[in-house]
Amino acid sequence: MSFKKVLTGNHAVSYGAMLSKVEVISAYPITPQTQVVELLSELVADGYLNAIFVTVESEHSAMSACIGASAAGARAFTATSAQGLALMHEMLHWAAGARLPIVMANINRAMAPPWSIWTEQNDSLSQRDTGWMQIYVESNQEVLDNIILSYKIAEQVYLPVMVVLDAFVLSHTSEPVEIYDQEKVDEFLPPYNPQYKIEPGNPIGYGALAAPDTYFEFRYKIQRAMENALDLFEKEGKLFGEIFGREYGLVEEYMMDDADYILVTTSTITSTAKVAIKKLRERGEKVGILKLRVVRPFPFEKLRHVLSGRKKVGVIDRNISFGHHGIFYQEIKSALYPMENRPPVFGYITGLGGRDVKVEDIIDIYEDLKKRETVEDIIWKGVKL
Amino acid sequence: MIMKNWKVSQDELLLNGHVACQGCGGALAMRLALKALGKNTVITIPACCWTIISGDVLYHALKVPVFHTAFETAAITASGLKAGLRMKGKEDTTVMAWAGDGGTFDIGIQALSGAAERNEDIIYAVYDNEAYMNTGIQRSSATPWGAWTTTTPVRHPEDKPKKNIMEIMAAHGIPYAATATPAYPEDLIRKFKKAKEIKGMRFIHILAPCPPGWKIPSDISIKVARLAVQTGVFPLYEIENGKKYTINYLPPEKPPVVEYLKVQGRFKHLKEEDVELIQKMVDENLNNLLRKHELTHGTLENIPKPEFYK
Ligand SMILES: Cc1ncc(C[n+]2csc(CCOP(=O)(O)OP(=O)(O)O)c2C)c(N)n1
Ligand SMILES: [Mg+2]
Repeated sequence: MSFKKVLTGNHAVSYGAMLSKVEVISAYPITPQTQVVELLSELVADGYLNAIFVTVESEHSAMSACIGASAAGARAFTATSAQGLALMHEMLHWAAGARLPIVMANINRAMAPPWSIWTEQNDSLSQRDTGWMQIYVESNQEVLDNIILSYKIAEQVYLPVMVVLDAFVLSHTSEPVEIYDQEKVDEFLPPYNPQYKIEPGNPIGYGALAAPDTYFEFRYKIQRAMENALDLFEKEGKLFGEIFGREYGLVEEYMMDDADYILVTTSTITSTAKVAIKKLRERGEKVGILKLRVVRPFPFEKLRHVLSGRKKVGVIDRNISFGHHGIFYQEIKSALYPMENRPPVFGYITGLGGRDVKVEDIIDIYEDLKKRETVEDIIWKGVKL
Repeated sequence: MIMKNWKVSQDELLLNGHVACQGCGGALAMRLALKALGKNTVITIPACCWTIISGDVLYHALKVPVFHTAFETAAITASGLKAGLRMKGKEDTTVMAWAGDGGTFDIGIQALSGAAERNEDIIYAVYDNEAYMNTGIQRSSATPWGAWTTTTPVRHPEDKPKKNIMEIMAAHGIPYAATATPAYPEDLIRKFKKAKEIKGMRFIHILAPCPPGWKIPSDISIKVARLAVQTGVFPLYEIENGKKYTINYLPPEKPPVVEYLKVQGRFKHLKEEDVELIQKMVDENLNNLLRKHELTHGTLENIPKPEFYK
């Protein structure tokens, strides 16, 4: 029987990994991720999870241990944040390049210096081009569900997945979370049985030197796998809904049906925006929210489809590409560019370093968006000047 | 070498068609190590000459699987492989990390120390050619005092003694650490066989001559490695549980270190006083080791002095 438990986002990660029956876990502590690994080591020690926990000396090694384990055909898991994720960088390329379906939770935290432990998306977005799929989630239930969903998709396309959640707003905040029946999870997520793996008696060399006459195709295949994953996210997300009662897609649409103005959000800012939008709707404003969930692969088609015919689009970024714009803003613009009658897109940057983004802030953003005549690429919201 | 004493397996797990240089100590060492370990072995190789030696991505010159990994991750990738294989019911498979000195003494030492401290059930073999050879003979912390490399040119030759990796590993208290060289193949094979039977972290430090890097003709690399042992530059010994020291071989008479140095172009700029200093360092190291052997065994008399290696 499934049951509900009040869980922090971090513990939802751990239970998601447990339900996914991960076989090798390797992680290194960093605020705000520590509870993920603490609970997992307890679950392993107490026999709730039959896995090996490798207590490494760094995140670089945590990812490398997952890579070794996954190459041997085991389901591998890790979790980290900010500095830890940055330290993993080289091995993130390795995991994707070696086509290993590792799943990792990254708790979004601002990069130092100056030191910060609060939420911001620059850590995960700096890893955008490593070949990892990325999902940004909004609630603790979505955390748990997407760990399971990630393995299901990763193991079909042989690419790793990063499930990304906000520091503190999710990681340390408790919500009721449904923990599913193990049998049902097993039905959805069969054991990992890769086509190719490191096994004795099968003398294959993986990852040696590829000259210019072979390397290119390895990269082409990663891109094709990413593209194939787009359909899988919709298909498996739907199946997940049928089995567990919660359906997931590439994006989530909120009050968008008749909306002229759309705010594009990610992660927990979405929940705040939902409250704001309800208030605005009471005032008769035709505004809706488009929550970006799956960011790699990027859902171009989907975005064009749901944003066509809107009056204006405002993208809220809790991140910045220094010298350019908000990162999701860039990406939405690039998605819409080929459209004939694309709506104008405005970029809002807010909440960096975990600065609180309140309901009133979203209302302000909406009002700004509505009255603004010419497109601004960076509209700072909440910065003290 | 007296071939009638050759008692090792005729199985070749390193095939023709590998692309090592002629006389590559690292290739010879792998060939011998695999004779000891056999087919139930998987290997991970970080960036080093061996990234290239086993063949480009479409080919594979070893009869065991290899997972190529990043430069600094040999020890931890092996640990991950071991964990994965254990979860897949392949507990008995030997997992070996095979790395160069740069990947071991320098950039990989953090992950190596981690794996050693956790007593991971892997064999970590370093084929030590005493520099970063893959990238064109730059110094590493395994480069010996006085040696030329491209980053220690003769005007400023290497001015630090070689890092004592065996003592670092011994300090971790790992079950087994040993030195070996392809110039003493039976000793090398015996050590890999012994390592194979031990559970936990095993470390084998192999001196592997590199003809282009050491500036020696390729047909004398075995001779040079043998001189390294005979002069005491590279003694053959084992350390068990970080405490029990056993020297495996002492030459009946120890030739002066100049015999080892003078055949290598990388030392040809050395002056007489430099050679004297090296002799001093070598003697001191060997004496330390002899003291530890004596402390372990209560005698020096049990150290084999096989004549036929002379
Ligand atoms: C992180 C990183 N830094 C640098 C390199 C470049 N690199 C590749 S092999 C190598 C030297 C390897 O030296 P060693 O471990 O002694 O092995 P050898 O080449 O001598 O066999 C270097 C510096 C790399 N691949 N990765
Ligand atoms: Mg080297």
